[in-house]
Amino acid sequence: MNRDNDKGKILIIRSLILGGAELFLLFLLVFRLYYLQVYQADKYKTLADENRISTRLLVPPRGIIYDRHQNMLAGNEQNFQALMVAEQTTDVDETLKSFKKIMPLSKDEEKRIKKDLKRNRSFVPIKIKDNLSWEEAAKILLNAPDLPGVIIDEGLSRYYPYGDIFAHVIGYVSAVDESDVKDDPLLEVPGFKIGKSGIERLYDKTLRGQAGNQKLEVNAVGRIMKEIERVDGVPGEKIDLSLDVRLQQKAYELLGEESGAVVMMNVNTGEILAFASAPAFDPNMFANGLSHDEWKELNNNERNPLLNKAVAGLYSPGSTFKMVVGLAALESGTLSKQSRAFCAGKMSLGNHTFHCWKDIGHGYLDMVEALQHSCDIFFYEAAQKLGINKIAAMAKRFGLGKKTNVGIENEKSGLIPDTDWKMQRFGEPWQQGESVISGIGQGYILTTPIQLAVMVSRIANGGYEVNPTFRKADNHHANENKSMGLAPQNIEIVKQGMYDVVNTPGGTALMARFNFNGQKMAGKTGTTQVRRISMKERQSGVLRQDEIPWKYRNHALFVGYAPHDNPKYGVAVLVEHGGSGSSVAAPIGGKMLLEALKLDATDKPID
Amino acid sequence: MYKAYETSFRSQSLSLSERFWGISFSYVLLICILAAIGIIMLYSAANGNWQPWAMRQAIRFGMGMAVMLVMAFMDVRIFLRYAYVFYFGVLLLLIIVEIGGHVGMGAQRWINLGFIKLQPSELMKIALVLALARYFNSTTLQSIETTKGILVPIVLVIVPVALVLIQPDLGTALMLLFSASAIFFAVGVQLWKFGVLILCGIVSMPVAWHFLHEYQQNRVLTFLDPERDPLGAGYHIIQSKIALGSGGVFGKGFLNGTQSHLNFLPEKHTDFIFTMLSEEFGMIGAVFVILINFLIIAYSFVFALRSASYFGKLVAIGLATNYFLYVMINIAMVLGLLPVVGIPLPLISYGGTVIISVMTGFGIILAVNTNRNINIGKD
Repeated sequence: MNRDNDKGKILIIRSLILGGAELFLLFLLVFRLYYLQVYQADKYKTLADENRISTRLLVPPRGIIYDRHQNMLAGNEQNFQALMVAEQTTDVDETLKSFKKIMPLSKDEEKRIKKDLKRNRSFVPIKIKDNLSWEEAAKILLNAPDLPGVIIDEGLSRYYPYGDIFAHVIGYVSAVDESDVKDDPLLEVPGFKIGKSGIERLYDKTLRGQAGNQKLEVNAVGRIMKEIERVDGVPGEKIDLSLDVRLQQKAYELLGEESGAVVMMNVNTGEILAFASAPAFDPNMFANGLSHDEWKELNNNERNPLLNKAVAGLYSPGSTFKMVVGLAALESGTLSKQSRAFCAGKMSLGNHTFHCWKDIGHGYLDMVEALQHSCDIFFYEAAQKLGINKIAAMAKRFGLGKKTNVGIENEKSGLIPDTDWKMQRFGEPWQQGESVISGIGQGYILTTPIQLAVMVSRIANGGYEVNPTFRKADNHHANENKSMGLAPQNIEIVKQGMYDVVNTPGGTALMARFNFNGQKMAGKTGTTQVRRISMKERQSGVLRQDEIPWKYRNHALFVGYAPHDNPKYGVAVLVEHGGSGSSVAAPIGGKMLLEALKLDATDKPID
Repeated sequence: MYKAYETSFRSQSLSLSERFWGISFSYVLLICILAAIGIIMLYSAANGNWQPWAMRQAIRFGMGMAVMLVMAFMDVRIFLRYAYVFYFGVLLLLIIVEIGGHVGMGAQRWINLGFIKLQPSELMKIALVLALARYFNSTTLQSIETTKGILVPIVLVIVPVALVLIQPDLGTALMLLFSASAIFFAVGVQLWKFGVLILCGIVSMPVAWHFLHEYQQNRVLTFLDPERDPLGAGYHIIQSKIALGSGGVFGKGFLNGTQSHLNFLPEKHTDFIFTMLSEEFGMIGAVFVILINFLIIAYSFVFALRSASYFGKLVAIGLATNYFLYVMINIAMVLGLLPVVGIPLPLISYGGTVIISVMTGFGIILAVNTNRNINIGKD
């Protein structure tokens, strides 16, 4: 019986302990609650917001690019796409069938749509078709009753109204790829495009603008519940270029089917007025995505439409280099205005014979006449006396042999050789014969058309270090170009020669001359061989250019400026395998300069 | 054998009115408050709709209320008399479910009675308490303190625990084990025996680990480090803590819980309903719910201690502990203090069986209180 009492007592004691322990444990939960809901509340509030708030970037409209007269060169076109929200239609297949009646879908498109439908949750809009015009979009909206779940989404796509003629300047925008530096969250936005070439690339940051953002409340599976906040972005800034649509159009019109380049600039400000590389391509294709076939065709084209010949094409300057050689001779005192040379059609140096382009020779001539007739012997001798280093130094002062850094990608620096270069490059000393052919811009010398435009502009403006730019100049500032320190009378000699090339009988560009209200141009032609003329060919008589295959024909060059007495415009023309500078390049240069003068006369004074 | 009860049963029977007024109305009120909170939270869980949960829960609570009152009106000696019958009946059901589960598709834990899906394992929680109470009521302290004397109750525990474990329902098996342990402790089994048991448990842990299903292993691993699988198994507990913590002191307001209403919080109407409550009503709401549960358990122990009969005491203690285990495990689980084991918060979580089960328990506890002055023989 005593033990029975104990049994009862033990139960009471133990149950008090048990009950006390249970209640104590429950009480402990309050501490945990305090820890989570008070002590760590801020951390978890942040995490909860991260869960529910999804921030989306709002893509700002890209800046518009204008020419110097406010003609739009690159703009944004409204573009529509048809999307389908699967959960808003009762029968996806039926809706797609109705859609096809209005607008055909390719097999690939259908396959992609089916795949996307499977991969995404039913509330996610799936793209059916993009790049729709306003009319197409309207047609879809009109048939909305038959198309449940189909919505039209509008966006902006880049549009180049002038198509191919600005392709090599404006460039294009394209999808972001791995190589792009992701310094802006906008680049992570699907479908976002950035400038990949030309002005679009150069001023990408300016044109891009700043992203806005939209804070959305989403649930655990990503469905949007409501918009919490919206901050609109800053649209991209517009850019005014120095280019003139009319001159640009003229340049392409003049180049026609040829492969080549035309660069025209204001000789005082460096503003580039026309910048052509032919053939070109349609940048709209790039902006909308290029098909494999289109890409292949562009790549395999013999005339290389993807190559920007104005900055990335390397050509011997040929006779257009003679002004540099002449100035080097005058500046160094090697020759004077009165120095004469005798051209017999050829000259010998060691075992080599160097020919003038004119077999029978020019007889005695001074520098002005040598330029006018483009006599080779005169400049062979000048170069021989000068040596390559003096020529190279002068060439470099005119901007040859280094990039202009005008901002177009893949620009080449060209090549102005000297004795050190030869030693470094080949480990061999410079040969005198190499100086001789350098005198007529052949040999190792390589230049780009834009360098030639800079060179001729610096001659035309009387020896000022003008640099090319695509930005429209701020005209309230006076010309601040640095003088190159050349003697004015020496430049005048060269300019006289260039005037005679065009305007004096016997000049190589006489056919291209014009007289527009007394304004005339000056210039210099160049014809460069793309292969050596063998002795045999020389003896059997040189074939006419149109009798040999296109790719073996000579390059035709011309540099010029106008008006000759108060130069404003400088131009460089290159026609690949065009034949001769006189007959092909000079007329193009002349017409460009004439057009510029005409426009100048008709334009209301904007400047 | 039952003759002795017959006489005492008649002589000491309470009248109906005595039984009615013997019910502790404050206890019933606490239960109703909790159930009301549950229904309100289920209304919120459905984004402010009575369907599909709140209304059904209310109906089930009504049914639970009826069951509770029926139990409360019982003479406590009936529980003693039918304790074993009930226990073996439920054990049979467990076996049927086990066999049926293997024959049918997948692991089925319930029997469909049409209006309710009956989980025998839930009934076993009550049946085991009654059976053990009856056993220990009839034994002596000497017997309890011998190993041989507790062999039979150990078997009474192990068989259903094993059956539930192979269902597999680790949570319920552990709950059965814990509430049985509490009873063993209360009746005076020496502490060193628990020590031995715990030691055996620890030693056998690596072996037991291999018998756990992969998902159970994952739950334990995830509990230890929720970040190891933030999108998979750890997702629940991480999202639960975010919901709780972001609720702060005052909560985000009724129907305004972002974690719950945007579906970041899983199982918000069942196992994680306490999280949702804490998100919407903050620490204040959470502490309030804990307080009500605290009072219900405290009352239950007071009832146990007031009861004159050893059987009544033990039944009340066992059932109160059983309820405590639900509350403690569920809340500790959603607070990230225990692995996610799938134990609901009774009266608040959506689920019919649990309501019927705990309301039955409350009814029996009320009956113990009403019959507190009735002496029950040792036999």
